[in-house]
Amino acid sequence: MSDTENRDEHVLHRSRRKMLKSLAAGIGLIALPGKEASASVWEEFFQKHFRELSKDELKGVIDRMEQQYSKQFGKKVKVKTTLPIEGVKYGYGLDLSRCIGCRRCVYGCVAENNQSRTPQIQWIRVMQLDKDKGVDLSHAEHYYNPAEVPAKGHFYMPVQCQQCENPPCTRVCPVQATWKEHDGIVVVDYNWCIGCRYCMAACPYGARHFNWAKPVLPPAEMNPNTHYLGNRPRPKGVVEKCTFCIQRTREQPGRYPACEEACPVGARKFGNLLDPESEIRYLIEHKRVFIFKEDLNTQPKFFYFYAT
Amino acid sequence: MRTPSFVTPLLLLVALWPLQLVTSGPAQAGAQKDQQETGKAAAGDQKLEKPALPYDIKNKPPVQTFPVPRPPFSPDIFPCSQCHAMMKPNLNPRVLTDYHTEIVLHHSEGRWCTDCHNALDRDKLRLISGELIDFSVSYRLCGQCHGDKFRDWKVGVHGKRTGNWNGDKQYLLCVHCHNPHDPKFKPLKPLPPPVRPANLRR
Repeated sequence: MSDTENRDEHVLHRSRRKMLKSLAAGIGLIALPGKEASASVWEEFFQKHFRELSKDELKGVIDRMEQQYSKQFGKKVKVKTTLPIEGVKYGYGLDLSRCIGCRRCVYGCVAENNQSRTPQIQWIRVMQLDKDKGVDLSHAEHYYNPAEVPAKGHFYMPVQCQQCENPPCTRVCPVQATWKEHDGIVVVDYNWCIGCRYCMAACPYGARHFNWAKPVLPPAEMNPNTHYLGNRPRPKGVVEKCTFCIQRTREQPGRYPACEEACPVGARKFGNLLDPESEIRYLIEHKRVFIFKEDLNTQPKFFYFYAT
Repeated sequence: MRTPSFVTPLLLLVALWPLQLVTSGPAQAGAQKDQQETGKAAAGDQKLEKPALPYDIKNKPPVQTFPVPRPPFSPDIFPCSQCHAMMKPNLNPRVLTDYHTEIVLHHSEGRWCTDCHNALDRDKLRLISGELIDFSVSYRLCGQCHGDKFRDWKVGVHGKRTGNWNGDKQYLLCVHCHNPHDPKFKPLKPLPPPVRPANLRR
């Protein structure tokens, strides 16, 4: 045998192309869930976008989720997919002359919407502003903690998702995991969100919040009445925000959002903007109304007003 | 290609069709006649009945009722007549020493119990007009001075609202939130502020 043939006997004859193919296949295998993962992990991975699911597929998804959450929290969890009510566009009114900054709305929302306690997520942020300066965000304080509220010389302005009619957040989502529904609520499909946080950068109100870690939610405090696009327990790495209590407001008859019911001074008003006899329409027509950051043309459904 | 001969008249017909709406025809004459008739009716309005004035006592619209829960009485205090039926009313403004001593009136200057409470029948409240009303409709009494709040409350813009936004709304009496003897809200202790991002546990 020649020297070349001797040398070639002990060498593994593989081409570069074959080597790359087998490496890619190997990495793909490693990335797949291990043998202890249940079938639901596979289904969750291959689940389609919420708006593309057929009725049967959606039923399968909901059943899987209800089983998963019920097992996780030890109680019967209901995941609804209630559609928007025809002829309804939700509007919210907030009376700046009445809000005393007690934060009962913040914690009412946390209890109703299954937000993570550690790390803490709060969908409503109450700002303490100076009466002398008006709505001047450079002098706003949201970590205020006096012994009693309202503090002298200050007024309070809670901010949450304004459910804009022209939302900048839905435009920048690279995967369309967030969109505006027909009743005006801007929703997030938590199973489709990739957690890039472009929407958080786009939102001018700081209304979107990210799950930096796996949310910790004590089972005793979990609200089992959930909606797929609303308050169902979120996974790590997705964006969440106020949904006008979609699990409450889309029912017939619909309940008020949790923040509205928690307010002890009646500073919050909610209703259907398309119903001429609703309280939200009355206050828009008869009170001094102010839109937060109106110059950005987001056209929010959140109307701050002065009742006096 | 030359335009066919029927096209030009057809185009003219389509373009000038709207003109027939303004030229006189049978329907047009009828419309003009109607306008003349309504003109006459407007002039003759002075002979029709005058609409009822809002302060016409005899033709008042019925009092609107609201679904409110029971007034928040102190335990066993109502009906007031269980004690007051046996007592002679003393209408002199004074500091009470025997009973109701815990009630200190901080509701505008110079007020006295019988400004709102009816002296002879203590189970009723007395309006300025002299009308006696039940405690369950006490909002009518408050609404006499606080008309703007009353107007807003009737629509649902004033006060706490619970229940269904498109169904039964729960109204509350004024006194469920505002103590009628000391109505100014006391400051509350705020719930804890949000955790600063530096302190969030990952």
